[in-house]
Amino acid sequence: MNCIIIDDEATARAIISQLCSNVPSLNVLEEFPNAIQAIKYLNQYEVDLIFLDIHMPDFTGFDFIETIKNPPKIVLTTSDSNFAIQAFEYDCIVDYLVKPITPERFQKAIQKAESSPVNATNSSSSEHVETTSGNDLYVNIDRRLIKIDIPSIYLVEAKGDYILIKTEDKNYTVHSTLKKIEEKLPDSLFLKIHRSFIINIQKIIDIEDNSVLIKKDVIPVSRSNRPELMKRLNLL
Amino acid sequence: MEQPNLSYIESMSGGDKAFEQKLIDIIQTEFPQEKEIYFTNIAANNFKEAAENVHKLKHKISILGLVNGYESAANFEHNLLEGSKEGQNDFEAILQNMTDFLKTL
Repeated sequence: MNCIIIDDEATARAIISQLCSNVPSLNVLEEFPNAIQAIKYLNQYEVDLIFLDIHMPDFTGFDFIETIKNPPKIVLTTSDSNFAIQAFEYDCIVDYLVKPITPERFQKAIQKAESSPVNATNSSSSEHVETTSGNDLYVNIDRRLIKIDIPSIYLVEAKGDYILIKTEDKNYTVHSTLKKIEEKLPDSLFLKIHRSFIINIQKIIDIEDNSVLIKKDVIPVSRSNRPELMKRLNLL
Repeated sequence: MEQPNLSYIESMSGGDKAFEQKLIDIIQTEFPQEKEIYFTNIAANNFKEAAENVHKLKHKISILGLVNGYESAANFEHNLLEGSKEGQNDFEAILQNMTDFLKTL
């Protein structure tokens, strides 16, 4: 398996490289001190396996996975076991190694990677940013899963690579897309009224022409979404 | 006080002395840099950044076989993320211990 190592710590890269050198089936193509350089590399070359550090400044391992298309098999490496739950949200992640990595544990990870079906790893569930449980939505902010009460959300706005979730109490900026959160929110409460906005229809104050007043926000309603909005209202 | 050692590095190397020396060289280069960044951030009360620094230093603490030191560092990292410096003295004593040890190699 051709592999690359991504870790901002030179010591960690040297250790993983040494561990790889003891496995004849592994061929380390490159080592990268940050995810950005690795993304540029992956735009040109294919690899079978990535050893990926989660905890890197600016661009975390999870950000990296979210960014690349068709991620290969990934073995996460971290000094923190707290990310395990989040890691299991991704099909491409075949194992999770807590530093310092022992040769025995490394061997086990390679066996897992080798036995893992290739096709299954080529898709990411893309759901790590939000997971739901009943009325709760968990969002990943600064490496913490923060619980949000779904009915308290009144507006979600797309902002480039991020979404802004507005609730009764607080606003949250999360690295995700409107499409992903739309899948997590109940249709009975939420409606996409514009390509950049999802609203909680129970929080609407009034509707005027092609805009909705929700709390203090005036939100545009796109022409294509307006019929569905009108249908959902309990009109007299 | 718990003493740093090379047990982990030796278990990794499988007797490859060149690798052991290479890893020690990398640690001797990287550790003072990470330590300096940590001291800058902690002095400026940059709690989040200092927590990141402690997180990274934790790996080297564990590489040098400091099991209790690792636990102290993990607690200190958590405290920093909560906006507290509790555990700073213990953590910095670990850093000094490591610094002294690395000088002997």
